[in-house]
Amino acid sequence: MLVARQLTKSYRSGDRELQVLRDVSFTIPDGAFVAIVGPSGSGKTTLLGLLAGLDTPTSGAVLLDGRDLTTMTEDARARLRGEKVGFVFQSFQLIPTLTAAENVQVPLELRGEPHPAARAGELLARVGLGDRAHHYPAQLSGGEQQRVAIARAFANAPSVLFADEPTGNLDSVTGAGVIELLESLNREAGTTVVLVTHDAALANRAGRVIRLNDGAVVHDSELAA
Amino acid sequence: MMRRWRAIPTLAWRDSRTARRRLLLFMSSIALGVAALVAIDSYSANVTRSIREQSRDILGADLSLSSRQPFDPATDTLLDSLSRQGIAVARVTTFASMALLPRTKRTRLVQVHAAAPGVPYYGAIETAPAGRWSALQSAHNALVDPALLLALDAHVGDTITLGRARFAIIGTLQNIPGDLGVAAALGPRVYIPYKYVDETGLLQFGSRATYEAQLKLPPTISASELVATLRPALRAEHLRAQTVADTERNLTEAVTQLDRFLGIVGLVALLLGGIGVASAIHAYVTEKIDTVAMLRCLGATGGQVLGIYLLEAAALGFVGAAVGAALGVATQFALPHVLGDFVAVTVHTRLELVPILTGLATGVWVAVLFALLPLLAIRRVSPLQALRHEHAGGAARRWLRDGARLAAAAALVASVVLIAIQRAGRVRQGVWMSAAIAAVVIVLWASAAAVSALARRVLREHWPYPVRQGVANLFRPANQTRAVILALGFGAFLVSTLYLVQTSLLRNLSFGDVASAANLAFFDIQDDQIGPLDSLVRRAGAPVLQRVPIVPMRIAEIDGQRVSSLARERRTWALRREYRSSYRDSLINSETLVAGTWPPRQRASGPDAVYAISIEQDVASELGVGLGDSLTWDVQGVPVKTRVAALRDVNWVRFEPNFFVIFPPAALEHAPQTFVLLTRVADVTRRAQLEHDAVQLAPNVSSIDLSLIQQAIGSIFDKVSVAIRFMALFSLATGALVLFSAVAASRRQRLREAVLLKTLGATRAQIGRIMLAEYVVLGLLGSAAGMVLSVGGAWALMHFVFKVAFVPSVTPLVAIALAMMLLTTAIGVFGGRRVFAETPMAALREAA
Repeated sequence: MLVARQLTKSYRSGDRELQVLRDVSFTIPDGAFVAIVGPSGSGKTTLLGLLAGLDTPTSGAVLLDGRDLTTMTEDARARLRGEKVGFVFQSFQLIPTLTAAENVQVPLELRGEPHPAARAGELLARVGLGDRAHHYPAQLSGGEQQRVAIARAFANAPSVLFADEPTGNLDSVTGAGVIELLESLNREAGTTVVLVTHDAALANRAGRVIRLNDGAVVHDSELAA
Repeated sequence: MMRRWRAIPTLAWRDSRTARRRLLLFMSSIALGVAALVAIDSYSANVTRSIREQSRDILGADLSLSSRQPFDPATDTLLDSLSRQGIAVARVTTFASMALLPRTKRTRLVQVHAAAPGVPYYGAIETAPAGRWSALQSAHNALVDPALLLALDAHVGDTITLGRARFAIIGTLQNIPGDLGVAAALGPRVYIPYKYVDETGLLQFGSRATYEAQLKLPPTISASELVATLRPALRAEHLRAQTVADTERNLTEAVTQLDRFLGIVGLVALLLGGIGVASAIHAYVTEKIDTVAMLRCLGATGGQVLGIYLLEAAALGFVGAAVGAALGVATQFALPHVLGDFVAVTVHTRLELVPILTGLATGVWVAVLFALLPLLAIRRVSPLQALRHEHAGGAARRWLRDGARLAAAAALVASVVLIAIQRAGRVRQGVWMSAAIAAVVIVLWASAAAVSALARRVLREHWPYPVRQGVANLFRPANQTRAVILALGFGAFLVSTLYLVQTSLLRNLSFGDVASAANLAFFDIQDDQIGPLDSLVRRAGAPVLQRVPIVPMRIAEIDGQRVSSLARERRTWALRREYRSSYRDSLINSETLVAGTWPPRQRASGPDAVYAISIEQDVASELGVGLGDSLTWDVQGVPVKTRVAALRDVNWVRFEPNFFVIFPPAALEHAPQTFVLLTRVADVTRRAQLEHDAVQLAPNVSSIDLSLIQQAIGSIFDKVSVAIRFMALFSLATGALVLFSAVAASRRQRLREAVLLKTLGATRAQIGRIMLAEYVVLGLLGSAAGMVLSVGGAWALMHFVFKVAFVPSVTPLVAIALAMMLLTTAIGVFGGRRVFAETPMAALREAA
């Protein structure tokens, strides 16, 4: 379960305070598929960063499976990410010097898991890239790179997967394929998926839509229903 | 916990995959420094071992007793009693004299070694034709240095005259154990049988000779124990004892000095390499920020990420150091050719393990420490950067609050100081050396920052586009201004400092360009010979420039305390030595009054008078005396009481007769004395004629053509500077490598920019011109900074170490600066050639 409790985030810009998030609260149960939407500059990415423990809020708390991320050290959050969190980014963020298989292995190796190569092979086969495991990112198309990123995100069997505009750099057909993959993994593994997008069509495929505007939640389909 | 670290080596190996070749280039900057250290230390270890093996042969005996004065009856009795104990004793007397070859009428100052049968007890003197050493004693024979044959236009079989005796040259000296190649340049050697010394009539009052007894001990007697038993007698007779162990210690000391001096140059190369590593790793890390952010997103802790990159740096540092060690081992075989003339032993080169391991360890340590500073920044890379690229920065500003970085910086400084102390052998020198290096780095760093700031200010809209762009490259983000100016400036600084010191010293030595300066010196002139010799010189139409009296003496008491009791408290060469003093009531050009007055105001006279004297300031501080202290001198048995009235600073480099102690004429006028006479004869033939006539008139008087000394010192300087330059080459080459890696480090960024420019319509030529503008400016400023520093450095060396005037030479400096600038531009344009040669499409793929 992922809980956001009265999250605010502000930055200092020159001599004035810039409020990016104001008093954001919601609860995402296990296995949910949630889309966070809003125009650009509405605070979506900031919220994602806070939920994933990549950053700390100015006030408020984030609870992942009952553990308060805001009270943990940077390294403790890193270890928690290694165990429970997966990421998919708009720009794929594969490590260019590693092959597809090696990219998928990284989270497993960081945790010291045994047999990372076998697990990576399974995951790549699951996303339909079993035959491209030894290719470097530069040798893969955009859609293929994003599928490697998804395989990597699922490598540590995360309880939550965060996806930041995962189809933003893809054409619509490839993008649809990626979303289908995310949906099926969400169903099969029971992984919570939190999707950030400004694509309304994509958002409509999620079970729940949280709409942000100017740093505040202006609509939550769950509450509205 | 350990589980989390297990994967680090694998991750490090994979991460380095595409960058290995480039990183190796960075690490190669470490290699040359390590090579220099390994080469010097291996060579030094080989020399030290060779000295241990050969020191008995070098001394030629188990024990040598020597004195600057003829052995008196007490010494003879002592030596006789030693003979009766089964100790073999052979005498050698060494002195300078004029050798005359009657056939060619040429003369030359030589070192005469009069050796008794048995000398040397150990080691062999090689001659040509071979085996002539054993024939030396059989008649009036002489063995001479080949250089003397050249100087006198003589050949084997000729007869030479030494004083009143004649000797047949039966061969030349090819190899003498413990022989320094440079020694023969100052005075060629002539070996004659000891029994004919008196016949020459050359040893008179005040002659500068060394009287030595070589002892061969039976196995039952240890040299050191014998010296201990004889100590009181040796003291009383002013005899200096030297054992094989002393010889080994002295020679090793000399080698250690050489090793330390050259080691400093190697250390500078290593540190320069370290700076290269730091700047390369910094560029590498900047490139890897996305990867690091991603790894952090995937759950890597700061420690794990740091571990991955530190391991890469250490592994590559090891490869670099290993390559360096191999190079160093190869180089040590070249060193005997470069340094052979300064080392008294035949060096047997062998692989020495300790220097190799030390060099490796030092290299890896320096690489890791220098890599650590930029690497620590990656612990601060936020995982948020995977989401937003603009979230960079901030890390640098927290620098001072970052304990780990401060600790790493402190460890770096401490390591440099410790390595410097270890190399210098003394804490003070090590600290001074580190301070000097730090000062140079800081000045260069500050100049680089100033250049960046200045470039930003002077940039003008109306400049041609390539120049504007090139100058802008000096201050834009991730610029290479600092790395290049540091590497280049340091290289230029080293090269030109060495050059300036050398030329400045040589200029101080050159007295030939002053018309009135002497070029011929006569010395060891007896009291009754000075008059006739003076007339001879004047008759030859030459001026008598100086007539300097010399009186030998020793210190008897200081402030009422006997020297023998003082010497027990303080060990200093200054107390027991023989002083060769002079008297006059003026200062000469090479002297400066530091304290007191000279000439003294009160004129003392009479047997109980206390005379005012002037002492050279360094020897005064060695003796622990100052103005007003009283000294009693033993002038050949007559006590002379004095009081220190003046302290002088003496420029010893000037070739003039200079003295530690100057007396007023009244004190010494009537003491037994010898004279030195300086004159000037411009014409070489007339100078040779005058020397020849003087030898005929007074055979014991030596003369030396000062231009020969100047040439000899010049050739020693040349050899020293070849050795230093050889080592400086390592620093220079390292500088070039650092430069090359600085260029390579920013290649990707340049590639991206060049692609954009090309897309927007820039031609290759335009991009080439931009690069040219940037590197010309960098080269110019870097070498200029190095030149300015080197003038300061050379001045400081001349002023504080050599204590002579600094004479800067401008033209060579400009030449060095221009050469450095060309080198920079060449490396810059060559290193970046792909940037303007590549098509936009290919470059775009690479940049992606």
